[in-house]
Amino acid sequence: MIIKQDNGWSPYFAGALSGLLLVFSVGVAGKYFGASTTFVRTTGMVEKIFGADRVAHMPYFIKEAPIIDWQWMFVIGIFIGSLIAATLFGSFCWKSLPNTWIEHFGENKTLRAVTAFLGGIIAMFGARLADGCPSGHGISGSLQLAVSGFIALICFFIGGMIVVRILYRGGDQS
Amino acid sequence: MTDLIGGLTTGILFGFLLQRGQVIRYDKQIGALRLQDMTIIKYMLSTICVGMVGVYLLYDMNFAKLAIKPTILGGVVIGGLLFGIGWGLLGYCPGTALAALGEGRLDAGWGILGMLVGAGLYAEAYPMLKNSVLTWGDFGKITLPQVLGINHWIIIVFFIFSTFALFRWLHTKKI
Repeated sequence: MIIKQDNGWSPYFAGALSGLLLVFSVGVAGKYFGASTTFVRTTGMVEKIFGADRVAHMPYFIKEAPIIDWQWMFVIGIFIGSLIAATLFGSFCWKSLPNTWIEHFGENKTLRAVTAFLGGIIAMFGARLADGCPSGHGISGSLQLAVSGFIALICFFIGGMIVVRILYRGGDQS
Repeated sequence: MTDLIGGLTTGILFGFLLQRGQVIRYDKQIGALRLQDMTIIKYMLSTICVGMVGVYLLYDMNFAKLAIKPTILGGVVIGGLLFGIGWGLLGYCPGTALAALGEGRLDAGWGILGMLVGAGLYAEAYPMLKNSVLTWGDFGKITLPQVLGINHWIIIVFFIFSTFALFRWLHTKKI
């Protein structure tokens, strides 16, 4: 498959515009960015199909009710916005294995799927325990100079660096 | 309803910028954790610097409220490290996983399914964690200006200068 060369925009430029977007969102709607609560709400909606009574009595689903709110739509919007940009600039392509992964672990799609799935479970459990992810704590928290935001951001990177050091020890295969 | 349309619109613009900044790729996220490609650091710190100035200007003019998350060391440190471990395995964070799926990255889909399961497991564990880990080292909703006892603009100016110094250093290192 031939993919047109697309180097995107400078991360400084895209980052600064994202900062402006956030300021605008806070000023107009009073909403800070975040993503991980949406996963709780969605899981709550799915669990409600199988046992509405049980979900209604679970403290965490009472705290973060299984409803569609601003952030839920925001997260869906992220998917749509990325799809639009990727299509518009010709960088959309179906891929089940990232390049860095192939270089080190080869082309086993099941191994990648299992690792991504397990990683997702641990990441979300951690994000809920920390009360935020890189959007909520890392960006929104630290830009408000919240102590929790900076501590979370540092811990995210420490945990990630340890895992990646173990996964990618010994350099690349090729 | 306006709330929902506002959320969707903001999300679409954010997703667009994430894709254009190329920060949603596994290679970029793992590249940062391997200290080989600092694209996501450049992106995040640029967002934070602009956001910091803008939000505190609005705050000083009484146009905006802060929404500070409490600093509960047990939750933030243990949860933060756990998140990092999962992030290193997955290579996407919750927001970027959705954006990566929008670019056609199917492995992000497995990550999203995993994250939904993780959220469910946390909901099961919450009553137990609430009375243990989430009571350890609870300092409430504190900010750096409060802790250091100085005006927020001093910290903001310092933060921006440090960020520029870091950017220059990253530039010389070519990462």
